[in-house]
Amino acid sequence: MEDFHLASIAVSTIRNAPVLMFAALAGLFAERSGVIDIGLEGKILASAFVSAAVAYTQQDPWAGIAAGIAVSVALAMVQAFVSITQKGNQLVCGIAINIAMSGLTFVVAQYFFQQGGRTPDLGNARLSDVVLPGTEALAGVPFIGWLYGHVIGGHSVLVYLAFLLLPAVHWVVYHSRFGLRLRACGENPHAADAAGVSVERTRYLAMLVTGVLCSFSGAYLSIVQSGFFLRDMSAGAGYLALTALVFGNWRPLHTVLGCLMFGFFAAVQIQIEGVDLPVVGRIPGSLIQMIPYVVTVIVLAGLMAKSVAPKAIGQPFVKSR
Amino acid sequence: MKTTELPRWATGFVLPVLNLLSALLVAALAIHLLGESPAESLTILINSAVINPEGLAYTLFYASTFIFTGLAVSVAMKAGLFNIGAEGQMYFGGLGLTLAMLSLDRALPAWLLIPAAMAGSAAFGAAWAFLPGYLQARRGSHVVVTTIMFNFIAAGLMNFIIVKYLIPEGEQNPASRVFSQAGEMPRLGQWFPALGDTPLNVSFLLAIVALVIYGVMVWRSSWGYELRATGLNQHAAHYAGIKISRMIIVAMIISGALAGLAAVNSIMGSTHYLSLNFPAGAGFVGIAIALMGRQHPVGIFLSSVLFGALIQGGFDLSLEKPNIPQETFIFIQGLIILFCGAMENLYAPAVLKLINATRKG
Repeated sequence: MEDFHLASIAVSTIRNAPVLMFAALAGLFAERSGVIDIGLEGKILASAFVSAAVAYTQQDPWAGIAAGIAVSVALAMVQAFVSITQKGNQLVCGIAINIAMSGLTFVVAQYFFQQGGRTPDLGNARLSDVVLPGTEALAGVPFIGWLYGHVIGGHSVLVYLAFLLLPAVHWVVYHSRFGLRLRACGENPHAADAAGVSVERTRYLAMLVTGVLCSFSGAYLSIVQSGFFLRDMSAGAGYLALTALVFGNWRPLHTVLGCLMFGFFAAVQIQIEGVDLPVVGRIPGSLIQMIPYVVTVIVLAGLMAKSVAPKAIGQPFVKSR
Repeated sequence: MKTTELPRWATGFVLPVLNLLSALLVAALAIHLLGESPAESLTILINSAVINPEGLAYTLFYASTFIFTGLAVSVAMKAGLFNIGAEGQMYFGGLGLTLAMLSLDRALPAWLLIPAAMAGSAAFGAAWAFLPGYLQARRGSHVVVTTIMFNFIAAGLMNFIIVKYLIPEGEQNPASRVFSQAGEMPRLGQWFPALGDTPLNVSFLLAIVALVIYGVMVWRSSWGYELRATGLNQHAAHYAGIKISRMIIVAMIISGALAGLAAVNSIMGSTHYLSLNFPAGAGFVGIAIALMGRQHPVGIFLSSVLFGALIQGGFDLSLEKPNIPQETFIFIQGLIILFCGAMENLYAPAVLKLINATRKG
């Protein structure tokens, strides 16, 4: 039991969650507007690669983040074109983007860096952690020193952005004009259309927001968490974010709580690996990895809570004549 | 006279070919940007995958697996279900096959052992698809999300089972023990020496049989009519007296069984043991095949051969051109899904215009 540190689990939960939070809140805009976004995974992967590659060559993390936004938005616009203008199958489009990006990022990474689909270590181009003023003075104080230096402070800017995003997204979705239109288009596009709202424009805008937010998830993975890009490094984060969205019933607060829960499981998995627990003995990491997915299936089955998707989700909008 | 609907030859042949060409055009552009010549790459690809008899055998070997996963996705699609879980179902089918093998391969002769192993793979694949099907039919949980979840759960569970129970004592490699020789699928090379020492085996013939059965069952039986009716319009099908929820569950079970059977070719035709992540994306290729082949048996066959050729030719291409690694074909696979699946009607307005223009004159 000695290796089992609650403190480090708490800290790594905070560090794991932003990847999912950015992606889930990104997906929230797409899906609340009525466009299913299975393609989060591909957008994360693409922006993770481009962010890392540009940050390395320019030796500037912010240039990397900007390039990541551009790529993620471009992919979101492809999705928007297929789903909104072409009225094609949104699920198929998302899967296509995920598969294509899984291949393309490797090929391009190999072409430029010749390291087996990896980018070189970012070194100084990595985004550094913020050290809050007074951390050193409080370091000696038990608990408060830890809380101030490692839980509240000591993270990268993107972590703070992720947590600040929650109130911002909540306000936009529930208290702004755009949010009202967004929800109307996702629930009843014909009513929105009759009220003079352009469903197509609103959905394109929603996909734009999705692209921007989703890029941070990839940038966080490569520029903050690992310090390099690795082939298929998103490892299902996009699907897990989608899961958090379903779990959170497409509401910002609940979705973020879902992300924190999944981040917690990931932290526990690393801690618990190879540790003898009382009663149950050793639990293999592969089983703990399954927990988020099993929980989601149970939620989806309506055994724990009822998850209700936006009504018009996945349906292309055809203006009535 | 002007038409507003495309004739069948246009939707069934012209549009898919145009879509495929668009995907390949984008791929050619990518290859050009990587500093290689698309035409030269295409020549190497065709030489290695089609013209060389051994290469062709490998192409058909890969195609055998893809026919099964393509059929799995297609059956579900015909019922209006998008089964993304073929990957997990194939993986789990491999477990059923392995359990049958490990318990029987020293006791039974080949003609009993191979059907037993196939039954095992189909049963486990079906079981893995049953739950998402049941949840969709009875609880309304969307099958797309649940099958994605089941892919991840299968990955975790199989990792656990293989590492904990199936690695033989004293071994480190995460794989089961090698099966006895009775469990090897007879190779076609022993009857056609031109094919050489390639893993192309009886599974290919089984895949053709499966295609024929699929075609007959879906288009020439009353069950198939009910299946297609469910996929086209659930409400109408319900009024016609079709039990929708039962249809969904049955379609998913068949889909899962077919995905499970894909493991037969991969394991019994080639490696003869269960290894970690052996499906290697074949379940996802099945999605591309079902969309490109428009769920039609002939289309599924042609698309499977195309993908088999891309894998086989791509392998040789990657040896000659280091700038075009194998992963390029994962990218091309994504492009094909995008153009043939999501943007399938991209050229419909243009083709319609063209038809109307020629009719006038």
